[in-house]
Amino acid sequence: MDEPLQNKRAPVIEPGYTFGSVTDKISAIVLTRPTSNTWFIGFGVMFLLTMMLLFAVSYLFVKGIGIWGVNVPVGWGFAIVNFVWWIGIGHAGTLISAILLLLRQSWRNSINRFAEAMTLFAVASAGIFPAIHVGRPWVAYWLFPYPNTMNVWPQFRSPLVWDVFAVSTYATISALFWFIGLVPDLATLRDRSEERWKKIIYGMLAMGWRGSARHWHRYETAYLLLAGLATPLVLSVHTVVSFDFAVGIVPGWHTTIFPPYFVAGAIYSGFAMVLMLAIPIRKVYNLEDFITERHLQNSAKVMLATGLIVAYGYVVEGFMGWYGGNRYDAFLLWNRLHGPYSFFYYMLLVCNIVIPQVLWIPKLRTNPVWLFFISGVVLVGMWLERFIIVVVSLHRDFLTSSWGMYYPTRWDWMTYIGTIGLFLSAMFLFVRILPMISIFEMRTLLPEAEVKE
Amino acid sequence: MQIFHRSTNTLSRATIYGAIFVVAALFWAAAAIQRSPYVTYAGVRRPQPVPFSHQHHVAGLGIDCRYCHTSVETSSFAGIPPTKTCMNCHAQIWTNAALLEPVRESYKSGKSLVWTRVNDLPDFAYFDHSIHINKGVGCNTCHGPVDRMPLMYNQASLQMEWCLECHRAPEKHLRPRDQVFNMRYEEPSSSKPVEVDGKEYTDQLSLGTDLVKKYKLRTVTDITSCSTCHR
Repeated sequence: MDEPLQNKRAPVIEPGYTFGSVTDKISAIVLTRPTSNTWFIGFGVMFLLTMMLLFAVSYLFVKGIGIWGVNVPVGWGFAIVNFVWWIGIGHAGTLISAILLLLRQSWRNSINRFAEAMTLFAVASAGIFPAIHVGRPWVAYWLFPYPNTMNVWPQFRSPLVWDVFAVSTYATISALFWFIGLVPDLATLRDRSEERWKKIIYGMLAMGWRGSARHWHRYETAYLLLAGLATPLVLSVHTVVSFDFAVGIVPGWHTTIFPPYFVAGAIYSGFAMVLMLAIPIRKVYNLEDFITERHLQNSAKVMLATGLIVAYGYVVEGFMGWYGGNRYDAFLLWNRLHGPYSFFYYMLLVCNIVIPQVLWIPKLRTNPVWLFFISGVVLVGMWLERFIIVVVSLHRDFLTSSWGMYYPTRWDWMTYIGTIGLFLSAMFLFVRILPMISIFEMRTLLPEAEVKE
Repeated sequence: MQIFHRSTNTLSRATIYGAIFVVAALFWAAAAIQRSPYVTYAGVRRPQPVPFSHQHHVAGLGIDCRYCHTSVETSSFAGIPPTKTCMNCHAQIWTNAALLEPVRESYKSGKSLVWTRVNDLPDFAYFDHSIHINKGVGCNTCHGPVDRMPLMYNQASLQMEWCLECHRAPEKHLRPRDQVFNMRYEEPSSSKPVEVDGKEYTDQLSLGTDLVKKYKLRTVTDITSCSTCHR
């Protein structure tokens, strides 16, 4: 090991903490710290946005999807754009919790818990869209194969069915992984709560955890197994989502670059969301000692790397449009650059490729304000990418007479912004009632935890 | 300090273990209810303005189905007879029966009797009686033993899985055309063979397979295509 170089990097936990003080600091946020007015205002605003989502969806159920901007030729609009965007955001949580665990990247310990929560809430927000976009949402359960009275099964050759399995598996594994990781901390909260009702609730959730050696042994086995199960999901879920497009013979969709390019884009936007959440949280709850410059810097590096893979994807798409010699692919490329949506394509290039390059500069990549700003830009860019893929590919289809434009209606916007409200209200509740940083995993980072041979 | 009683351990284990069975039972119950007469009304006798007995008219008097359901061989709809059809006989017999008062009233006023429809397919399913009759599907294959129904009920669930059961293997159910209206037709067996074109059949499968060819049925792919019934 190169000692001097190691020392130059910021630590994953600031010095001076003990087992006790780490536990105190994290559990106090949930148990003793009074709920601030800012929390109530923030939660209140997000709750109102969630109610707006409820309103928009209720009106949709009454009126049907005619209230949205979708029509021939753009049959897939905001619902699919937002679905892919949210599912992508979830990927960072799984990457941090599963892959970085298997790779023994201990710096993940302070961000994995809320990144996993972010995954769950993002998948929940994403899951709304496929259910409500089907036109007859009361039979959305037809997406699942079950022995029905119609004696028909879903079309297993369709990637849309694979998607149902990919996303539901993802949601299940993420929820299990998150909950199992929480059990030892829930026991800590149970033991530290003053009020009886809190003891009972945390106690039930802790499932009788006593921290015996046997408990820890089983916990470690289960957690490792789930990490092993979750690891392929980081790659498979967005691969299957990309098949929704890549299997269709639409120029702009039908390319083999889609799976890797989608996975990279998912992790890209996911880390952007992690940073957008981590930066304010560490500030508000004074957690700079736990979520240090090192974490920000590492996340920024992941963003930079995945962003370059995404850029490579754009380059290949452009190259193949020219080199492939298919006139429809060539037209798609021309249409992206000069068509009616060209402004958004240039915005996409600026947001996803140009601006994030400032992350090469170490000063900016450790500056929380800059990182927050760049993460926001990346999230916008990745949303635009899905918009370009869905809308620009469809609005000029093979039949010239059916060319058209897609304009989202107010209901599209209300549903989209509503899911952001849902996501953030869930985050607000999460930081208030559960330990947002894994207490026991933080303790393993302390010098006290080092076993002396 | 203990918050939970010792029994909580057993309780939680039992709950988690039992949850699997509870969830499985819920799915099973949902599937069973969906197929039960509670949803399908199969076997449920419906009240009618006049308690018309198919048993009496078909088995007792030997009236052919087509005497009343006149358009069954040529139209999608089998046809509900006009009051005049009833009055062909009931102008002469049971002329004072109190039960038949609504029939006479309808005949006088010219207002149709409003029967409660029993075999009612949903409107999104296209169904044509004539094609089934002409391809050798017997009345009672779908409607059940109508000649033994004092009050009408639907024999089948009329659910799509029931339609597909035949559409996926029509040879299991076809009979010779001249037996379509025979309410007491029996499938061929070695004791009671069925003769078609001078050939004796002793089992349904070989008869059905030959009838599929003879009556030129469309392929199973065709008759199970979505747009065959959902047009």
